[in-house]
Amino acid sequence: MSDSGEHVLVDWPIAVYEELTSLEVSQVSFVPDAGLTQLINLCNADPAIHTIPLTSEEEGIALSAGAWLGGVRSAVLMQSSGVGNIVNMLSLSRTCRFPLFILVTMRGESGEVNEWQVPMGKGAPTILDVSGVNVRRAEKEDQVARLVGQAARTAFTCGKREAVLISQSVIGVKSFNK
Amino acid sequence: MISRIHAIRIIAESLQKNDLVVSTTGMISRELFITDDRSGNFYMLGSMGLVSSFALGLALLNPSNRVVALEGDGSALMSMGTLALVASEAPRNFLHIILDNESYESTGGQPTITNQIDLAKIASSCGYQKADRIENGDQLSVALTNSRNNPGPRMILAKVGIAPVKNIPRVTHHPIDIRDRFSNAVSNMLPK
Repeated sequence: MSDSGEHVLVDWPIAVYEELTSLEVSQVSFVPDAGLTQLINLCNADPAIHTIPLTSEEEGIALSAGAWLGGVRSAVLMQSSGVGNIVNMLSLSRTCRFPLFILVTMRGESGEVNEWQVPMGKGAPTILDVSGVNVRRAEKEDQVARLVGQAARTAFTCGKREAVLISQSVIGVKSFNK
Repeated sequence: MISRIHAIRIIAESLQKNDLVVSTTGMISRELFITDDRSGNFYMLGSMGLVSSFALGLALLNPSNRVVALEGDGSALMSMGTLALVASEAPRNFLHIILDNESYESTGGQPTITNQIDLAKIASSCGYQKADRIENGDQLSVALTNSRNNPGPRMILAKVGIAPVKNIPRVTHHPIDIRDRFSNAVSNMLPK
């Protein structure tokens, strides 16, 4: 979880929200992160989306699998630190070939002010990769929605496990209230 | 209802020299840091959810020190199983304080589920000796005094408001310095 009080409105959350709704995602679960605030608010405001504040990110992996069995597409949102909490639970998605779409806001990259965020900032892409989750990295704001669309479509239509990692440079160090 | 920083001031005033405090990531550690930066404070600046088990490990092997686990509702929810573990290990010197503002305030104030879930009742059901749900500063002071005079594990669930402290600084100590300072503080408290 990041430490922030200030939020600057940006465009990518709207575009991502539109991608998710166009793909008929109707369950969005999350442990919040400052960088995800705007997207979470958009999802909360949409009566067609059931939002679930998770107590731990691992629940999101199972919620997503259960939702898919019930015919519902879902997205799981988390900060890079949360990737560490889901590792064992990814076995569920991987073994049973459940589709999974994860959106991760990165901490621990350039500009990070809290060293405690660095291990998972460095580790998240590799950990996801070795856990059988395909990783796409959005380094610029205008890449985010396109990558989300690609990854989520692949997850839902090909039954794959896909993650989009949004770089800290996209979210902005400003929002981290140093 | 009191603000979280007000609750932290009351808690800090109640601390005695040999009390050890472990505080969770986010604003709680930052608010404790600006209120009373003691060598017996361990600021866990990440690893959300691990404060209670970290404090449990400390409490079990340092029975002469009172150990205070200071966290929020979000981190307590993340490791709710630890409530059962604390109760089953039952360290008498363990005080679990949850500052419950029903939100992930550090990340923008998204609601948690503690507007519907009473963590004090859960702690009681698990077997904490006492779990006080408090709503104001006077109740908090009384609960803190009672916790000192009675065996634990005890919980104080303090319902607090959402009131961010403007321009609050980060904890300026490096985690390794926090570790060493804390470790030295514990060593110095050991009976000679």
